Amino acid sequence: MKPTLAEATHPSPDASALKEPQMTINEQTVAEPAKIAVRNLNFFYGKHQALHDNNIEILRNHVTAIIGPSGCGKSTHIRTYNRIHELYRDQRATGEIIMGGINILAPEVDVIDLRRRVGMIFQKPSPFPMSIYENVAYGLRINYKLKGSELAERVEQAIKQAALWEEVKDQLDEPGTALSGGQQQRLCIARMIAIEPEVLLMDEPASAIDPVGTAKLEELMLTLKENYTIVIVTHNMQQAARVSDYTAFFYEGRIVEFGKTKQVFTNPRMKQTEDYITGRFG
Amino acid sequence: MEIGLQKANSKGSYRGDRLFRRLALCCALTIPLLMIGIVFELVRNSRLSLAQFGFGFLTSKAWNPVTQDFGALSSMYGTAVSTLIAMLIALPLGFVIALFLVELAPPRLSAFFGSAIELLAAIPSIIYGMWGLFVFAPFMSNFVQPLLGKYLDFLPLFQGPPLGIGMLTAGIILAFMILPYISSVTRDVFQMVPPVVKESAYGIGATNWEVTKAVTMRYSLRGMVGAAFLALGRALGETMAVTFVIGNNHQIAASLFASGNSIASTLANEFTEASDPIYLSALVELGLVLFLITFVFQAAAQLWLWSIKKKLA
Amino acid sequence: MKLVVKSLKYRRLANRTVQVLSALSASVGLAMLLWILIVVFLRGFKAINLSFFTQLPMPPGMVGGGLANAIAGTLLITVLAALIGTPIGLMAGIYLAEFGKGRKLAAGIRFFTNIMIGVPSIIVGVFVYTLIVLPSKSFSTYAGAAALAIIMLPVVVRTTEDMLTMVPNSLREAGLSLGVPNWRVILGITFRAARSGLITGVLLAVARVSGETAPLLFTALNSPYWINSLHEPVANLTVTIFNYAMSPYADWKQQAWGASLLIMGGVLFLNIFARIAIKTKTRTR
Repeated sequence: MKPTLAEATHPSPDASALKEPQMTINEQTVAEPAKIAVRNLNFFYGKHQALHDNNIEILRNHVTAIIGPSGCGKSTHIRTYNRIHELYRDQRATGEIIMGGINILAPEVDVIDLRRRVGMIFQKPSPFPMSIYENVAYGLRINYKLKGSELAERVEQAIKQAALWEEVKDQLDEPGTALSGGQQQRLCIARMIAIEPEVLLMDEPASAIDPVGTAKLEELMLTLKENYTIVIVTHNMQQAARVSDYTAFFYEGRIVEFGKTKQVFTNPRMKQTEDYITGRFG
Repeated sequence: MEIGLQKANSKGSYRGDRLFRRLALCCALTIPLLMIGIVFELVRNSRLSLAQFGFGFLTSKAWNPVTQDFGALSSMYGTAVSTLIAMLIALPLGFVIALFLVELAPPRLSAFFGSAIELLAAIPSIIYGMWGLFVFAPFMSNFVQPLLGKYLDFLPLFQGPPLGIGMLTAGIILAFMILPYISSVTRDVFQMVPPVVKESAYGIGATNWEVTKAVTMRYSLRGMVGAAFLALGRALGETMAVTFVIGNNHQIAASLFASGNSIASTLANEFTEASDPIYLSALVELGLVLFLITFVFQAAAQLWLWSIKKKLA
Repeated sequence: MKLVVKSLKYRRLANRTVQVLSALSASVGLAMLLWILIVVFLRGFKAINLSFFTQLPMPPGMVGGGLANAIAGTLLITVLAALIGTPIGLMAGIYLAEFGKGRKLAAGIRFFTNIMIGVPSIIVGVFVYTLIVLPSKSFSTYAGAAALAIIMLPVVVRTTEDMLTMVPNSLREAGLSLGVPNWRVILGITFRAARSGLITGVLLAVARVSGETAPLLFTALNSPYWINSLHEPVANLTVTIFNYAMSPYADWKQQAWGASLLIMGGVLFLNIFARIAIKTKTRTR
């Protein structure tokens, strides 16, 4: 039988205390449990190695930003967290990604179950070819046993959480593609949080939408982190500084620096990080 | 010293460009000219038959070179029935194969099967005819038709001697000829679905089949209709494979086991034998009917696909 | 309110079922291909020997002989058709891709090109019969070649347009900004960039017409002799297959299988060759 993550990701308090390691970041000991621990992650596109020995710990109920020049492997890195890379031929990840005590890269882990727990938002808004309502209801319907009234309730709740309700409540039957770019992106967020994942992955979620939409999105992220663990990939350093608690700097497939956002931006330890942040390259 | 810009009209290269462009335009115009030419020639050479039989040509079952009485009904019936059988088999099979190639197959298998389907499309029609006449028709008469006759003989469709040659065999071979077209056009349509939308569906925990249903098929519905129209146009005009196995008999029989004829097979069989002007004229008119039918379906398919593209862009 | 997860077992089962069904469908297609290939190969192989390639057909009922004249005839008709169809098709494709952007005329031509691809080949045969064979009072090599050229033309036009539109505009602009006239940019730069695609397109079109039978039935007809002039009926493999297959003589049927193997082998070889050519080209780029 395939192990689901159910027991593992909702461990009893004692179990978590036993299992989850005290982690070290920038030589400071942080007494917070890691939601995701990545160990020696390597990634290959065919023969080309795109990630080299990535080690990082993503903390629960925090926003972790991943920054770095384009092509440095930021997106590649988070695409392993829900194993979406497996859709493509020749893409391969080795190493361990521990989530709730289980290495989710292990072949016996059920990807369907994993992806329900680890939601993802993409660079380009990607509404399904259905109505606004159906877009949000879809994930609930395929994953959960729900009664009609409960379904409608949860859809409304998710759209409200995504700060989209006021804008779309009168046009729920219209196609999702009819919305503006920023609204579409929030629809995708509603669609994702409706199924109550534990981790939200956001791959440059604001790169294709306007400044107003971006502002709303960032505001939303700050409220969401109370319930979720968020990882955001961004090329916009101001954005990383505004929304994140921790920041990882990627360069050529390696994690060059990882630490509290404030420290990384004000007092980077590595020369490369400093050069990138001050705009000397990238 | 200042270099002045030379006026364009003094340059030979400008004239060369104009000449080249005109030459290209002339070449491009051959296509509509050929279309007009085909219609013109078909109408001109069927005028004898048009004058003698009028609209009755389309509703008459007669086909008698001795009494010089001709009608298109049995040929049109055969074309319609063989095409219908082919579409009934090839459409579902073709769509499912395209789904397999794009969504459901592991990448390596998909590439392998994709090449196989493309080769199936490349095999000349006459080869299907040879195989149909000497291999598939005996197979039908020995195995498939007796079985159908045994269990479904309450239907008039499956009554009569299992000869192998006939409407059913022609329809099935036709199905395998148009199958690759349906699969490859549909595959192209499926591949136009933006990958990020599919990824999002996978991202909320949908299975392969759920993604296919919710995203790929919804996106591609109109394209699938276009593929069906294209295949229909092909099936209607397919000649050699049908000519080999349909039996070439001017009759309209209820049973699919019976032999019949299609417009294309009649042309292939009788054109060089038609000695009387009225016989030849009737055959050309048959050709005109076939041309108009395929033109309508092809044009509908093109306009339909064009409107989709416009919508997507 | 707690969410109750649906059983993954049933969702996986549905998924698996559909996957198996679709794999079965694809296997049916593959099985047909193999069935045809194997039958044609086994039966055709028996008919093929040296005299098959070197001798003329024997009169009905006599054993032996070959199809040397038909092989030569098919090659001749196909080459002639390619010589007519390719240059016109390439130029027409150039018009659509390079000069026709956004023009109504070009949209119309494109529309007719696509329809023309779907016109039954037997109709083209009838058309050429009334246009060339009737007035000249003779079936002829050039009537056959004309019919194949007409079938080939729209295929070449469409692939040419597709291949040229894939060439990035920056390449054209770079050429033009060197002061090179447009026609030279098209032939010297754009064409070269699209070369492998164009060759593949033409090869596929040639492969397609070389296996055609219906348009030759009443244009080239057939003949038991060598070619004397372009103004006479000419022997060719596909019509020979049709005539021999419908004949009552076992030896002729055997020859028909041999000819089938030859035609099928040639067409498939051209296809595979063309596809491999474009694949290796795109990979190295």
